[in-house]
Amino acid sequence: MPITVNDLSYQYTDAAHSTTALSHVTFTIEEGSFFAIAGHTGSGKTTLVQHLNGLIPCTEGTITVDGHSLADKKERSIARALVGMVFQYPEYQLFAETVFDDIAFGPKNLKLPENDVKERVLKSMELVGLDPEQFREKSPFELSGGEKRRAALAGVLAMQPKYLVLDEPMAGLDPIGRQSILALLERLRSEFGTTIIMISHSMEDIARHATMLLVLDHGQIAYLDRPEIVFEHAEELFRLGLSVPQATYLGMLLKQKGFDVPKSANNAEALARWLKEKIDHA
Amino acid sequence: MRDITLGQFIAGNSILHHCDPRTKIVIMIVYVAMIFLIKSIPVFLLPLAFLILSLLLSHIPVSYILRSLKPIRLLLIFMFVLNLFFTRGEKIIFDLGFWSLTWEAVMQSVFITIRIVLLVTGASMLTLTTSPIALTDGIERLLSPLKVFRFPSHELAMMMTIALRFIPTLIEESDKIMKAQMSRGADFESGNLLVRVKSMVPVLVPLFVSSFRKADELATAMESRCYHGGEGRTRLHSLQFTRLDLFAALLTAGFFAATLILYIVL
Repeated sequence: MPITVNDLSYQYTDAAHSTTALSHVTFTIEEGSFFAIAGHTGSGKTTLVQHLNGLIPCTEGTITVDGHSLADKKERSIARALVGMVFQYPEYQLFAETVFDDIAFGPKNLKLPENDVKERVLKSMELVGLDPEQFREKSPFELSGGEKRRAALAGVLAMQPKYLVLDEPMAGLDPIGRQSILALLERLRSEFGTTIIMISHSMEDIARHATMLLVLDHGQIAYLDRPEIVFEHAEELFRLGLSVPQATYLGMLLKQKGFDVPKSANNAEALARWLKEKIDHA
Repeated sequence: MRDITLGQFIAGNSILHHCDPRTKIVIMIVYVAMIFLIKSIPVFLLPLAFLILSLLLSHIPVSYILRSLKPIRLLLIFMFVLNLFFTRGEKIIFDLGFWSLTWEAVMQSVFITIRIVLLVTGASMLTLTTSPIALTDGIERLLSPLKVFRFPSHELAMMMTIALRFIPTLIEESDKIMKAQMSRGADFESGNLLVRVKSMVPVLVPLFVSSFRKADELATAMESRCYHGGEGRTRLHSLQFTRLDLFAALLTAGFFAATLILYIVL
């Protein structure tokens, strides 16, 4: 069953005025998909994903997770166990004395027996690539930046969420760190069927991994489609303060120069193949 | 947590906003003295009139002032009830044997409540019309004569500025951490007091860690811009008294004199 968001609106109200963060957003996240969310800063991405497990209560509109409505308090706690949430810079939420205890925080809150907790923790550490022998007794505060990020990620994975929401999980990581996180997400999806919902500014990563792309603009849906179809609207995306993958951009520039780039050449490999053919013929 | 009015500033262009912060601080002190001089309820009309006058001059909506009372409503109720119970008197309204409600107790409760309300609303008038920077500037200048005794007035003011500046950051940060731990199944709302206090550990530890990190980063950022304390530091906007301040001072003096006379006469 999917996550459905129906006519969701949200306003932030502070002392002086209220700002619209989301207005009339409707979409469905299919099970097993890799759902990417993009948009300029302040477009409502974070507000939107924090609705998905009920951290921000719905004020207008409805959300259901596997049929559980988030409006109901009891249903919300079921839904919250289904949807795991990785915040921006999750390493700032580490608190326990050892890496093991920190990762065990979630499963312990689920009131699982101790053996299951241990099993889940070790499994999550293995998934994120932290060697249990080496790291389990370390303090999370003596890890390196990348290790901290992975420990925090393991803390969410130990909840074994069916849906994993990540808010810019690669921000501030080096290329290898980025790649290992993306590889992990792909592995979760293929091995456990986890649905991935990821906010990202990297159009390259979105083009390579996402099956659906939602583009937000000032709290409204600008585009909702397969990434390669969204990227056909390059001009509009630039206007929204976003970009397109480099291959798409190159194809666009070639088209402007009068080359007849076929529609099928919409990713790096296809474009390269087409270019090679062109060069070989010339 | 988001409606902490005390210490919140609303930018504006009113007469009160243009007053020198030093004037406003001194007026505030006089106002507090005025409230503590009052011995009978009707005289509270004087500071009340003063408060309303400044409210009108400041163009600040009444709702803001009232909101400043929201966080202390429990304190107000507590003080009210406490005084009802523990003030002794002779004019008994009704008697329960072990305890009797007296006329004096009622008056005392009302008196204390009015006093606290006037103090808090007055204090928020100052912070609502004075930006934290202007406020600390004013405090620094007012305390600067104490430099003779090696009192670190500049450092004190700088610490206050920084502390004030970090309040919204910390609120935001704790909000974020609480949400993250809630996503991992943390429950901050149920259980007895001990359970709840324990449940705050996963929030407080990251909050402390990030505060220390932020403090460290801020110190580095300040040092790399050659900050070295108050010695020889000049200002972009130096404070200046105007005719407005004279007028405000005279008005306050008038109100204070009236209160003082009533204090002596009554």
